Amino acid sequence: MSAGTRIPGVTDAPATRAAGGLLVYLLMGVYFGVVLIKSEAASWYRIQEMFRFEAFHMYGLIGSAVLTGMLTTWLLRRSGARSLDGQTITVTPKERSWARYVLGGATFGIGWGLAGVCPGPIFTLLGAGVWPMAVVLAFALLGTWLYGALRKHLPH
Amino acid sequence: MTDLLDLLRSPWPWWVGGPLIGLTVPLLLWIGNKGFGISANLRHACAVLLPDAAKPSFFRYNWRAERWNLTFAAGLILGGTLAGLIFANPEPTRLSPAGAASVNALGVQVRPGLVPAELTDLSNPGVWLLLGVSGLLVGFGTRYGGGCTSGHAITGLSTLQAPSLIATASFFAGGILSANLLLPAFMAVVR
Repeated sequence: MSAGTRIPGVTDAPATRAAGGLLVYLLMGVYFGVVLIKSEAASWYRIQEMFRFEAFHMYGLIGSAVLTGMLTTWLLRRSGARSLDGQTITVTPKERSWARYVLGGATFGIGWGLAGVCPGPIFTLLGAGVWPMAVVLAFALLGTWLYGALRKHLPH
Repeated sequence: MTDLLDLLRSPWPWWVGGPLIGLTVPLLLWIGNKGFGISANLRHACAVLLPDAAKPSFFRYNWRAERWNLTFAAGLILGGTLAGLIFANPEPTRLSPAGAASVNALGVQVRPGLVPAELTDLSNPGVWLLLGVSGLLVGFGTRYGGGCTSGHAITGLSTLQAPSLIATASFFAGGILSANLLLPAFMAVVR
């Protein structure tokens, strides 16, 4: 549709639409935050148990999440449905490489094993009143900035 | 009434939580063709917060196009308040006997709450060291590796991306190493 086309009965209200659009993402965040807490993926204890292979809980959780995501995403894409805002659904392919995934992934994993939090639980635990997570968040921002400043010198 | 409250407060088994986590991927694609990934928000937050003069090129982009994700992160905080404060589980995490023994061996008591009191006591300088080093590595590593558990392990594996398999295997290797070897060393300082 060319810009300027007017459909009778439809008025353009980009500002309202943008705000309404963001509300859906707020609700999705609430949904995911609740699941992270109730599934105990945000529990330091569960992360320790996982990295010591002492319980099935986290493996069942991640495994069933991936299987569900795989099946439902495949079905969604196969159906040829468009997104609610009319876009063709696309999955951006990750850039092919080894170094950044091995080195970056291991660095993240070492951090994850210490305080037992990956980025999602940092936010949800803050909401749950675990204030010291603000220290983790502040240093995570510092680490992100450090990567941004040093990336030209790192193998990717 | 008490039964309902008990239900709302109780944690969920993995086979309830796992599928609900997995559904986030198609839901975000269906709502607005968005790729699920939480750690990108750390980059967006830097792009928002850094003054122009001190901004590496990595943080110079139109972050306004990513407001949906920052809003999602705000939702995570609210979800944490709802499930972790208002309807908090009054019982400790139900660890396996082996898990509880290992945690005790680290000098940590299993009490109600998701993060032990021993690791959140900010009057202890060792706790600052542990939380600071952990956060620094999480921030640096997720951007270097291009994602965290949500972007790689959940989204990337769900969409059959080989790079995400490499990343997921690497963060598990890092986590196993740090939980088994580094954390005991840190805890000796924290105690």
